[in-house]
Amino acid sequence: MNKPLIAFFCGTLLAAGASKIIGAEQGGAGLAVIAVSTNPQPHSVLIRRPAGTPKVGTGLTDFQGEPVMVSCGSCHATTKANIDTRATADLDQFHQGLKYVHGHITCLSCHNAKNYDTLRMADSRPVDFTEVMTLCSQCHGPQKRDYDMGLHGGMNGHWDLTKGGRTRNTCINCHDPHAPAFPLVMPVLPPRDRISVPAKPNAKPTKH
Amino acid sequence: MDTATEPLDSNGLSRRTALKGVGAMLGAAAFARAIAPLTEWARDIPVDDFLQKHYKELTPIDLEIILNRLQKDTKDQYGADVTIKDYKAQEGVKFGYALNLSVCNGCRKCAEACHIENNHDRPSHQSYIRVFEMSKGSMDMEKGNAHYDHPVPQPDKFYMPVQCQQCEHPPCVDVCPVEATWKEPDGIVVVDYNWCIGCRYCEAACPYHARRFNWTKPVIPAVEINPNQSYLSNRIRPQGVMEKCHFCLHRTRNGRLPACLEACPTGARVFGNLLDPNSEVRQVLAHKRVFVLKEELGLKPQFFYFFDV
Repeated sequence: MNKPLIAFFCGTLLAAGASKIIGAEQGGAGLAVIAVSTNPQPHSVLIRRPAGTPKVGTGLTDFQGEPVMVSCGSCHATTKANIDTRATADLDQFHQGLKYVHGHITCLSCHNAKNYDTLRMADSRPVDFTEVMTLCSQCHGPQKRDYDMGLHGGMNGHWDLTKGGRTRNTCINCHDPHAPAFPLVMPVLPPRDRISVPAKPNAKPTKH
Repeated sequence: MDTATEPLDSNGLSRRTALKGVGAMLGAAAFARAIAPLTEWARDIPVDDFLQKHYKELTPIDLEIILNRLQKDTKDQYGADVTIKDYKAQEGVKFGYALNLSVCNGCRKCAEACHIENNHDRPSHQSYIRVFEMSKGSMDMEKGNAHYDHPVPQPDKFYMPVQCQQCEHPPCVDVCPVEATWKEPDGIVVVDYNWCIGCRYCEAACPYHARRFNWTKPVIPAVEINPNQSYLSNRIRPQGVMEKCHFCLHRTRNGRLPACLEACPTGARVFGNLLDPNSEVRQVLAHKRVFVLKEELGLKPQFFYFFDV
């Protein structure tokens, strides 16, 4: 499953001279925006994107031993869509282990019943998996606003675009779209320096 | 005095001569004992090191010699090939840092990244960042808990990483009796580790507990040493000197983002040039409700905290 994640780095460096992210300018289809600032800079901000339509493993292998992957539409072409499905418990086959905790929306709020190889906007327009940020931004406007200002989401590379480029995460690099809240994690061990050592609760006050 | 009157022993030595000899021997032994610490010192600190001038008085040639010597010392003492450079502050740049407390989940990945990037002592698991677990409703970092060890984030807590705030009026600089620490033109407070005498006044003066003391000679396996080093930042510090967060100046003065920012899995950290009105950190100041720690002290930190609203 990690291969597609790595492949998310799809080189969509926009036109020459493109450089600095500035918020509001958004193309018609609402791509992850890279706009040109007034000061052309030699390096650009690359926003990671999904490689494309996801594939599902069938559990079978082909004659070369490679797993057989199929697109969502392979099964869903013959399966009737149920618009009321809100939880994996509602399903009697497939997707049984999927953890789904994402507001009060149904599967078909985001998945497109007319073509499962695309996603669905709230106004029922289809949108490609690669443009997932457009989909998420419909509900998560404040996050998108902050993202466009460079205040939301992790990044790597250079603060100074005259010295080098920068790579920014897209929504699903950090958030599982089916359960977007960050899970509980164990922290890295604390430092063992003298200041950080906790005072013993029953320690007597020292006399000076 | 007539030698014939002195009684001679069987070897033909007078009592006076023998006592003289014993006295000379005792004196020599006492002298050797007295200068023993000096010989110990000479083994650890070469004369070049001892006679080295203050960083600001070094000519480019002096500096070149010193950097070469430090690289060789690292090779000799740690077995690692490193490159130690001296990166200068850029014109028109003043660094600022902002941290979103709404999304920080207290995972300490930033502290770990700092530990690795800055060649910290491995046994003490040292880092320039201390993450405080705070009760919601409290803003007093002194009441924070820096040693929590349970899954994070806890529902009734928020998490506040604290590192050097790069104050506009740094009290640590004011108290240094030898001027071994100062504020650079790009706002970073640095330490000349070779000039520091280890009095720890600065540690006591810092209200953010941001300074660290090298109680022991740092222990780092050669394979783990970050070879990209600079004189004022992450070169391996000697024993007995102070150190502190320098906004990864060996990275940031080359345009790169600090290690703690790149390591943050929640994107809580925002870094940039305060003098550039389009920089991300300026967007925080313009659009978010920002506060600084212990504002009442008037030290004007260049490190800002904010919440998503």
